[in-house]
Amino acid sequence: MHARPRTIRARSRLALRALAVTVAAVAVGALMTTGSPANAAPVAQSASQAVNQAGAQTCVKPAPRDDDTIHIQGCLRDLREKPPAPVPDAKISVKDESGKEVGTGTSNETGVFDIALPGKSIDNLGKSFTVNIDKKSLPEGAALRNPKQVSLKVTLQLDSDVYVTFPIGEDTSPDTSIPVQALQLAVGGLVFSLLLAMASLGLSMIFGTTGLTNFAHGELITFGALVAYAVDRLPGEFRVGDVNITVFVALVVAAIASGVFGWFNDRGLWRPLRHRGTGLIAMMVVSIGLSIFLRSLYQYWAGGSTHQYSQFSSPQPYELGPILITPKDIAITIFSVVVLVIVVLALQRTKLGKATRAVADNTALAASSGINVDRVISVVWIVGAGLAGLSGVLFGLTQGFDYQLGFKILLLVFAATVLGGLGTAWGAIVGALVIGIFIEVSTLFVPAELKFVGALVVLIVVLLIRPQGLLGKSQRVG
Amino acid sequence: MDWHSIFSQALQQGLGPVAAVYCLAAIGLNVHFGSTGLLNFGQAGFMAVAGYAMTSFVATWGLSFWLGSLVGLVAAALLALLLGVPTLRLRADYLAIVTIAAAEIIRQTIGSVTLLKYFGGQDGLQAFNSSFANLNPFTGRIGIPGVVSWRPYDFWTLVVCWLLCALCCLVVWLLMRSPWGRVLKGIREDEDAVRSLGKNVYAYKMQSLLIGGLIGGLAGIMTALQHSAINPSFFATDTTFFAYTVLLLGGAARVLGPVAGTIIFWFLISFLDLFFGAATSGADPLIPASIMTSNQASLMRFVVMGLSLMLLMIYRPQGIFGDRRELAIDAR
Repeated sequence: MHARPRTIRARSRLALRALAVTVAAVAVGALMTTGSPANAAPVAQSASQAVNQAGAQTCVKPAPRDDDTIHIQGCLRDLREKPPAPVPDAKISVKDESGKEVGTGTSNETGVFDIALPGKSIDNLGKSFTVNIDKKSLPEGAALRNPKQVSLKVTLQLDSDVYVTFPIGEDTSPDTSIPVQALQLAVGGLVFSLLLAMASLGLSMIFGTTGLTNFAHGELITFGALVAYAVDRLPGEFRVGDVNITVFVALVVAAIASGVFGWFNDRGLWRPLRHRGTGLIAMMVVSIGLSIFLRSLYQYWAGGSTHQYSQFSSPQPYELGPILITPKDIAITIFSVVVLVIVVLALQRTKLGKATRAVADNTALAASSGINVDRVISVVWIVGAGLAGLSGVLFGLTQGFDYQLGFKILLLVFAATVLGGLGTAWGAIVGALVIGIFIEVSTLFVPAELKFVGALVVLIVVLLIRPQGLLGKSQRVG
Repeated sequence: MDWHSIFSQALQQGLGPVAAVYCLAAIGLNVHFGSTGLLNFGQAGFMAVAGYAMTSFVATWGLSFWLGSLVGLVAAALLALLLGVPTLRLRADYLAIVTIAAAEIIRQTIGSVTLLKYFGGQDGLQAFNSSFANLNPFTGRIGIPGVVSWRPYDFWTLVVCWLLCALCCLVVWLLMRSPWGRVLKGIREDEDAVRSLGKNVYAYKMQSLLIGGLIGGLAGIMTALQHSAINPSFFATDTTFFAYTVLLLGGAARVLGPVAGTIIFWFLISFLDLFFGAATSGADPLIPASIMTSNQASLMRFVVMGLSLMLLMIYRPQGIFGDRRELAIDAR
C-alpha cells in the first residue's frame, strides 16, 4: 500500500488533460449550434429575450411602456409560409388561478397581441395565469402545431412583460402513432439517460474501489450546477470572436471544481475514515449526514428557487424524419458520449485504469502488487466527482436546477447503478440508458407524474430476479 | 434576546407531540438497525402507508377510525413482507437502497393527481380525527406554569404518543431479553455464525422488519392525528433521517436510547431554531442580514442535523447512552 509508482501518476495527469481538451472542443461546437432563433416550442420567455431572438420582419412589437404593469404579449405567425406570415384576428384570453377571465386580446395585422394584466406589477408577481387561444378564431386551414396546446400556464417571476408563443402550422395532427411517439420519447430519454450515466459512472467507480454507498453523490451533482451558475452570473461575458462562450467556460470551471471538491471529500473525510477502519454501514450513515449538511448549505447560498443559465433557450428543433430534436440536445448527447467513452476507454486501456480495476477487484492484492491504493482512490474520486459535476451542469442546461437537483435524481442514479451491477463501469452506463429511456417511454402508459415511480419499481423487480444487476458478477452480493 | 422564552419553547418542543412521534419511529428503527443490523432507510414509507390507510378510510370512505388504524397497521406489516422478500437475502446496502426507493415510490404515488380523489394529492386529507379528538379528556391549557404549556388537543396526542412509546419500549425490552432477541443480536454481530447454529436467519430478519415496521406504522398514524391533517411532505426521506439521527444520538441497541435521543435532539434543534430566529429578526438583528437572513436561519437546523449525524457516526457511533461493544455494525 505504500509503493508509489511514478508512471501511474504521470499517466493520470495526461489522461485528465486529454479529457479537458476534448471537453473544450465539443462544448464550443455545442454552443455554436445553440444560437439559432427560438420560437418553435411553446415556451414562455421574458420579453427582452424574445425581442432579440424573434428578429422577425412580421412582428411589430408594441412600443415600450413606462407604467408599472405587466403585459402578456406574443406574436402569432403561420409557419407554413416562408417567411412566416402573420396571423391576424386570433382571439386570446387570459385567466387567473381561480379561472376568472382577467383580460382578452386579438392579434393585429402583424400577428402581435398585447394583453394588460389588471393591477400593478407587484400585485401580480408570483401569481400564475393561463393564456388560452381560441382555435376557432384562427384562419381557415391554419391550426396549432400541437393541437392540444391551446393554453399555456405562465408564472410571473420578474417584473417584465411575458412573451408567449403558440406555434401555428399545418392543419394536420402530428403523427401520433404509438411507435413514433415512443421513438420521440426515447430520443428525449436518451439525453436524460446519458447525463444519468455520467453521474452513475462516478458513483459506481467510487463504490467499486472503496465500497462506499455514497448518499452524498447527489450533492456532487448539484455542486457542479452551482459552480457553473456562479461563473455564469459573473458580470460580463466570455467571448471568442463573436461567439458567447460563457456557459462553456462555466462548464469547464464546474468540472474542474467538482474534481477538486471530490478530491477534498476523499482527502478530508473518507480516507481518514478508511484508515481508521470505519465500517461500510457507518460510512453510509456518515454520507447521509454529509448529504443533508451540504444540501442545506447549498440552499443557504442559492435559495430555494429554480435557476437557469444565461444561455438557457430552446432553439428551433431539427426534424429527422418524424422525430424532433433540438441542437442543444444533439450537442449534449455528443458531448456526453465522448466523455463517457473516454472514461471507459481510460479504465480499460490505461495503466491507471487497470490499477483502478485491480483495486476494485481485490484491494489487498492490488496493494501487495505495488499499486498505491490511496492514490488510485484519489484519482477515482476526482474523476467520479468531475463526472457528477459535469452531469449537474448539463442537467441544469436542459431543465434548470435548484439546490435539490442531485438529491432528486439520486435514487435514479442508484437505480441505474444497481440495475447495471454495482461497481461495474459498463453496467452503470447500460443501467442508466435502460432507466432513462424507460422513464420517458413509460409515459405512454403511465401518467407523467409517476414516471420516476416506474423506474424505482423496475429497480426493486431487478433486485428480486437478478440481484447482481445486468452486468454484475453473481458473487458480488451476499 | 428572551432566553427564558427560548428555553421554555425549546423544552416544549423536546417533550411535545412532534418529538414523541419521532420517538416512535426511532423505536421501530431501533428494532431494525440497533437490534438486527437491518439498514431500513424507508421508515417514512411505513409511516406513510399506515397514516394514509387510516386517514383515507375515515376521510375518503367514511369508515371507522379504529378500523382504519387497524388496516393501517396491517398495511405496514404487508409492506414489510413486500420489501423483505426480495432484499433480506442480499447485502445490507441493497436493503438500504430498496427501502429508500420504496418510501419514495409510496410518497410520489400517494401525492399524485391520478389518485387525487382517494388521497387528496399534494394537499393531503383533513377532517378525520373526530373520533380521536372526542376521547380527549383534557380541557384548557395544560403544563407546568411558567415553563411549558400545551393546548388540550396537543396535550392529548402527546400523552397518547408517549404512552405508546412506553408500551413499545416495554415490548422491545421484553423481546430483546428473550432468546428470540438474543438471536437477533447474534445476527447483527455475525450472521454466518447464527446460521451455522441452525437458525433461519431470513425468518428472524423478516420478523424484525415486521415488528419495527408496525411501530413505524403507529408513528405514521400518530403523525396524522397530531397534525389533524396528512400530506405527502410529512413522509419525505428526511423524516427517516431525522429518526436515524434521534436513534444514533440516544444510542442504538438501547431500549431507552430513542426516548433520550428524541428529547435531547428536539430540544437542541428547537433551541437552535429559536436562537437563530431571534438573532436574525428585529430592526437591529444580532447577526446582520448580510450574513444570515431569517430564511437562512431556518436552515440552520438541517445544517446542524447533518453535521451531528456525521460527527456522531464518526466519533461516537454508540450515541450518548449506548455501549460500544454492543454495536459492531459493518456491512454484511
